Formats: sequence, C-alpha cells, structure tokens
Amino acid sequence: MTEAGLPTRVRVKAWALPGHIRTPGYLRGKTGEIERRLPAFPNPELLAYRLPAPEVPLLRVRFTMAEIWGPDTPHPDDTLDAEIYAHWLEPADAP
Amino acid sequence: MPHDHTHPHPLRPDQDGPLTEAQLTEIALRELLIEKGVLTPAQITAQVTAMDARSPANGAAVVARAWTDPAFRERLLTNGSAACREMGYDIGTLNLIAVENTAVTHNVIVCTLCSCYPRNLLGLPPDWYKSRAYRSRTVRDPRGVLAEFGTTLREGMTVRVHDSTADMRYIVVPERPAGTEGLDAEALAAMVTRDGMIGVTRL
Amino acid sequence: MHDTPPPPDTPLTARGWFDMGGTEAGPVLPDEHDFALWEKRVDALVILCQAEGLFTVDGLRRALEDMGPQAFETMTYYERWVASLRRNLVESGAVTPTEIAAKIDEIRARGLSYGEVTGHD
Repeated sequence: MTEAGLPTRVRVKAWALPGHIRTPGYLRGKTGEIERRLPAFPNPELLAYRLPAPEVPLLRVRFTMAEIWGPDTPHPDDTLDAEIYAHWLEPADAP
Repeated sequence: MPHDHTHPHPLRPDQDGPLTEAQLTEIALRELLIEKGVLTPAQITAQVTAMDARSPANGAAVVARAWTDPAFRERLLTNGSAACREMGYDIGTLNLIAVENTAVTHNVIVCTLCSCYPRNLLGLPPDWYKSRAYRSRTVRDPRGVLAEFGTTLREGMTVRVHDSTADMRYIVVPERPAGTEGLDAEALAAMVTRDGMIGVTRL
Repeated sequence: MHDTPPPPDTPLTARGWFDMGGTEAGPVLPDEHDFALWEKRVDALVILCQAEGLFTVDGLRRALEDMGPQAFETMTYYERWVASLRRNLVESGAVTPTEIAAKIDEIRARGLSYGEVTGHD
C-alpha cells in the first residue's frame, strides 16, 4: 500500500543516540518495506525527559532476516516487523 | 480478592518473610500518595483487582471467536483494539495488532527494548518473556527459541517476528487445530494458550 | 545491497545496554512466578500514577534504563519497577526523598514482615 509519491522501501538511519530511544540498534542502517502506517504518537525520546513532545508518525517496517543478519543467515526469508518513528527513516535510495 | 479480617491469615511466604527494601518502598510510596490525596486505597485495590481479572482466557476467547466468526476475524485483523472492546473487554489504552498464523506462516512476539506486552488483554507477562535470553535471541534466531519451547515448524513455513518497539502491542491468532469443526467457541477457547498467543508455540 | 555500518561504539554512542536485540545470550529458561501482593501493588501504582499524569511510561522506561545493566542482572522486575516509580514520583514533585525516608522509618517501626506492617492481607 502506498500513497502517491511516498516511498515503500525505507532505510533506518544509522544514528547512534545516547539516552532513551525506541529504535533498536540491530535495525540501524537496515532497509525494509513499509508494512503499514500507524497513527502519530508523541515522541518518546522527549516524553522520557518530561519535555513537550510533538507527535511523530509511526510506521511498521518489515525487514528480511537476510537484510538484518546477512545473506548467510539460516532462514533469510523469515521476516522481522518493527515499529519505527518516521524521523528515523529515510527513503531506501537516499544517498 | 476480598479478604475476611475476622480471623488471622495463614502463613504466606511473600508476606511473612523479612521486609525487603522494595517492599518498604512500595508501602511508603503507596501510603504517601494516599496521605497526599493523589490516590485512594479503593482505587489501588480496584486496579489490582482489574489486573487480576485480565488473563490469557480473555485472549483465548477473542481467538476462538475469530476462528468461528469470519467477519469478526476480519475486524480483529483490521483493528485489534476495537474487536476486543466489541467483546466487552476493558482494555484501556491498549493499541492491539492481531497477527494470524497460517499453514505457512508462524508469528512470534518479542519486545527487545523492554517487555511490552498486551497486558490489558492477557494479563501480566511471564518472567521468561522479560529475560535477556528471550529479548536478545528471538529477533535473531526465532526458530531456535521456538525449539526450546518444543515447537518445530513444517517444511516451507515462514517465521514472522514482531518487535514491539513503540506504541502497538501484539497478539498471535494461532492456527485453528484440525478436527475441531464440531466444537463451539467455549471449547475452542479452552485450547488456546498464552504461549500460543505470544507465538512460542503453535497453540 | 546497501549496508551502512553503525558508527563505532564510544561510551557516549554505544548501544544502550537495554537494547538487547541480537546480542549474545544463552537458552531461554521458562521462568515464571505468581506475583506477590506487593508486586501487584507496585504495578497498580505505576498504572494509576500515569493515569494521574504524574509521569509517562517513557519516563518509567528511561529511569529503568538509567539504572544500568547491573540492576537488570541483580534485581527482580518489580524491584526495578518500584525503584523507577520512586525516581519518577520524586521528579514529578509528588513526593520528596525526605518524605520517603521518614515514611520508611515509620514503617520499619511497625514490625518485621509485610503482613505485619500493612496490618492486613
């Protein structure tokens, strides 16, 4: 499912942020397919520190095990779905 | 659960051993919050009771209805929370996504970052779900973790792992067992286990 | 296949200890236990205080994370939750550390067991 002009393949930014984050390290730099778009929620990275937290769209992204763990992983076509906040995502073909 | 105060309670290991720091802290915070008018004893008791009422039996009933009512199944897979509320469950602010096992797909749920779990439907999660081993290995070696729970998958099946990283919570709708066509929803619900709804077993 | 390597780990940017996905670990031990009343009360206080707007689940998690991996290895789930609850309540201004300490002294003076100092089941 895609809205016109919006990417379906996205890459998780390889940020390394100290403090409270909800983007797991094992997914950083990995590319996946948007499985579904969810409502926007207040940014937990700010809520955690009692700061005003604007809402950020949340997306479920599906990754293959091969993408995450490498082509030699025993079951490369098994998948992993995770909810990633939009500010952690960029189009898969971004430089 | 209501308690009769007219006679002494029997020895309870969790209440009659030496007080721990954690217990002292709980009592202190609870009493201070009551003294300050932030909470009432009735509210606290009601919340304990409400959580006690939440159990895998609720999830099992939802699953059994999905097995027997195709229109409900569609609604459940589209909007898990609305479907649970439709059945009368008080799930509070739970944002539920139901994922369905099939003959070729097996789903399993984990929260690698902490221990997120659909508590308002299934009740409190087991200790193993919150363990380092489960949180670290399920996203990397789900079939290995499944094997430790005695679950092996048929040739050609795909595993889908769901890492509960943000605001959604998850329940697996296990595959309906073969040979159960004659059973009603209540009998079917009795077959649905917590571990099946987490996804470490097929049922 | 494009694969951006993560930045090198430094003390400031290393993955959080709590970010456990894919890290080394042994077998899953099928541990579970029936929750004690004090644990259920901790759980209830955490839920109710959030409903009162005193803190968020994000603050609860952040305080748990700030307790570090040693706490995860040596304390039980609800021992950590009550510590996080205390931290969050102090941060909210709902209680002060002095009030907590004084209350604990008062409780200790009542008796030696949970049942005894809470006066009922």
